[in-house]
Amino acid sequence: MTQPLNEDQEQFRAVVDRFLTDKSPTTQVRRLMETDRGYDAGVWKQLSQELGLAGTHLPEIHGGFGFGPVELGIVAEQMGRHLYCGPWFSSSVMAGSMLMLGADEQGRESCLPGIASGESIATLVLDDLTAPARVGQHIHADLLSEGATLSGHAGIVTDAHVADLLIVVAGTGTGRGLFSVAPDTAGVEITPLQSIDPTRKLCRVNFEAAAAIPLGELSEAAMEAAWDYMSMALAFELIGSAQVLFDSTIDYMKMRVQFGRTIASFQALKHKSADLLLELELAKATVRQSAHELANGGQEPWLCSMAKAMAADACMSVARSAIQLRGGIGFTWENDTHLWFKRAKSSEVFLGSPYEHRERVMQMMERSVA
Amino acid sequence: MNGQEREAAIIAEVTEWISANWNPDLSLQAWREILVDGGWAAPAWPEACHGRGYTEAEASVVSRVFRQHQVVGAASSGPRGLAAETILAHGSDDQKKRYLRKILTGEHAWCQLFSEPGSGSDLAGSSTKAEFIDGRWIINGQKVWNTSAHHADYGILLARSDWDLPKHQGLTYFLIDMHQPGVEVRPLRQMNGHASFNEVFMTDAVVAAEDMIGGIGNGWAVAATTLSVERRGFSRDRSVQSFAGLSGRVYDEYQEEQRIANEPYTWYPQRAGRVDLILSRARETGAINDPHVRQEIVRLLSMRKGADLAAAGAAAMKKAGTNEVIPAGSIAKLAASEIARKAAHVHTMISGPEAMLAGSDSALEGTIAEILISVPAISIAGGTDEIQKNIISERVLDMPREPRFDTGPFRDIARNTADT
Ligand SMILES: Cc1cc2nc3c(=O)[nH]c(=O)nc-3n(C[C@H](O)[C@H](O)[C@H](O)COP(=O)(O)OP(=O)(O)OC[C@H]3O[C@@H](n4cnc5c(N)ncnc54)[C@H](O)[C@@H]3O)c2cc1C
Repeated sequence: MTQPLNEDQEQFRAVVDRFLTDKSPTTQVRRLMETDRGYDAGVWKQLSQELGLAGTHLPEIHGGFGFGPVELGIVAEQMGRHLYCGPWFSSSVMAGSMLMLGADEQGRESCLPGIASGESIATLVLDDLTAPARVGQHIHADLLSEGATLSGHAGIVTDAHVADLLIVVAGTGTGRGLFSVAPDTAGVEITPLQSIDPTRKLCRVNFEAAAAIPLGELSEAAMEAAWDYMSMALAFELIGSAQVLFDSTIDYMKMRVQFGRTIASFQALKHKSADLLLELELAKATVRQSAHELANGGQEPWLCSMAKAMAADACMSVARSAIQLRGGIGFTWENDTHLWFKRAKSSEVFLGSPYEHRERVMQMMERSVA
Repeated sequence: MNGQEREAAIIAEVTEWISANWNPDLSLQAWREILVDGGWAAPAWPEACHGRGYTEAEASVVSRVFRQHQVVGAASSGPRGLAAETILAHGSDDQKKRYLRKILTGEHAWCQLFSEPGSGSDLAGSSTKAEFIDGRWIINGQKVWNTSAHHADYGILLARSDWDLPKHQGLTYFLIDMHQPGVEVRPLRQMNGHASFNEVFMTDAVVAAEDMIGGIGNGWAVAATTLSVERRGFSRDRSVQSFAGLSGRVYDEYQEEQRIANEPYTWYPQRAGRVDLILSRARETGAINDPHVRQEIVRLLSMRKGADLAAAGAAAMKKAGTNEVIPAGSIAKLAASEIARKAAHVHTMISGPEAMLAGSDSALEGTIAEILISVPAISIAGGTDEIQKNIISERVLDMPREPRFDTGPFRDIARNTADT
């Protein structure tokens, strides 16, 4: 059963919310999205060092808070609410979770403390963003007696242009391995790309016999577990965004007058709103449960994928309506709605589209009865 | 005590009580009297009314233990729950004493007499007449779509006691004895061939003064309680335990009770879409290998999961006293409709051309066909989808109410011409 947040969690949520309300208003989002780097180093430092958010779910022995998926979800939801611009998702959620779940002891010890403290910004280089089973086919590792070299490319990598550390999943011929590469190593080429969501900076990453440090073999289970973690966190981001869009749209409808009455009084729009509320509530309930599922390892391992698919669909439904129900003003650059619309559109296909995630749910269900 | 300790304590107490009291050789009636006296027939009811004041979650632990030990529980079929919850919320001590126990023991069956030919969604437009003459209420009018009225002992009845007040203020709520000369029940055949609902004609039917509930002119507020209970019920699992193959008088009499009481409801699980059959059907037919079908299946199962979780969340909130009941019921009801429609769609995809067949020629002895022709009921019964959306947008989202054309004295407002 879904549990409401306990008092500590509620307080934690309020702290993150207050911080981001202060540091990430849309004026700031608009300023940062126009920059190449895309984030404010001072805010990142406060976020990671004063609030400790970079290490929310990372183990205490590696400098993290040691919180679980529920708290990670709380942070991610606020990130989506406030459209935080910065490497938190790339570094803490993606690289951090992958290392925590897939790296060997030495790899965790060498990489996680920097990520947890925010002093080192990492990103996870995946050569496929559609499904965990497909990762590791475009980047290949040659294992040497000491170290390794990587060759190949990843078409879309978040925040690589500001990363101090690349965590890479590469095929090894016999399976997959996890590697770390310093971005300034010879044979590494990072090319910034234009992104539909300017608050999420994207790059292409090429490796040409680039020297890498092996962090251990990556089992299929670890790859799947990391995918679950990342999908769950992204689902929380999506419902955070969806809620802002939904609330602001209802408020707008209550204010806007046409035909001598507020547009909120038109039954067609009331019914549309009820439909959206239902879709959003079902998604929220599933997303919240997916965090508990991850924390407790329950009976429904497919919940993270289910949550990501539902959250992406619900957020896009709300985002489309948020523009439609505002009319012309909704389509302007000046109105803030498109900022969330673009984040939603980008997140919809990032780390697996709803279509891919539903297929993954089906496969997991089939396995569980087999 | 934390949740787990509390649960363990409940399980221990129920188990001990069952081992001391359960006897399958009693009559069903005798067993249920013991059950009610023991306080286990309705643990979520208040202590003063046969219950224990448990939360819904705690009460579900009790039913689980009953199921595990294959012990027959309180009577639960039909609209009796609506009557019970309404009496609990608005009834006098005397009414609680006279009616609640017999609802639990199964001695009395109930029906809901709300809808009329002239007023369905617009329930407050009831034009059934209630007149107080010589110390008792005389009822004249027609009700329709009344499920189970053909074997009900009592009805919960909404009628108009004052035609000069605005519509919502002139209503009064009654508990009516169905076994009297002034009440005539005629079954109606539905599009799925079953006849679970009826027309009910009341001609100078009599209700005793002490069977009015909630006060004169307060009928609308009382009806709101009934409706919110009804709407929350749409998401509930209605499956009943069969106790098949077990011997003992309680079991035999229970089977017979179920056969009669549940006859109008055999198609209700189909009306909700039978999501439980989807995966096995997809496997049997091979449709599970079709990528389109796989997508639709997961969409459906996701909605089902989300709705269950959201309902559980709402129940937890309700317990904490922070949530209004009616909107939660409306969200659950709207979700149930959407899920049922989606399920019918997926069953059709899975069956392909075989969806053209019915009865014993169709899959699962007609169950699949019955789903396809029963699902349209769920978005009408208990308040249509459109009405739920009005309620959600107005009560949850605080959007403006619909414009009104029905203010002023009831006798002056536009009504369907058949009404008098
Ligand atoms: C299987 C079944 C069992 C039932 N059991 C019972 C029972 O036991 N007891 C009982 O009293 N009743 C029962 N009902 C009746 C049920 O509650 C009514 O049928 C329902 O409330 C709709 O009323 P109506 O049929 O008069 O349709 P109408 O109210 O005439 O509605 C017709 C259409 O107009 C739409 N509409 C109406 N008002 C609005 C509005 N304000 N905004 C937008 N759209 C609107 C409706 O959504 C619907 O689509 C049952 C119905 C069914 C199908």
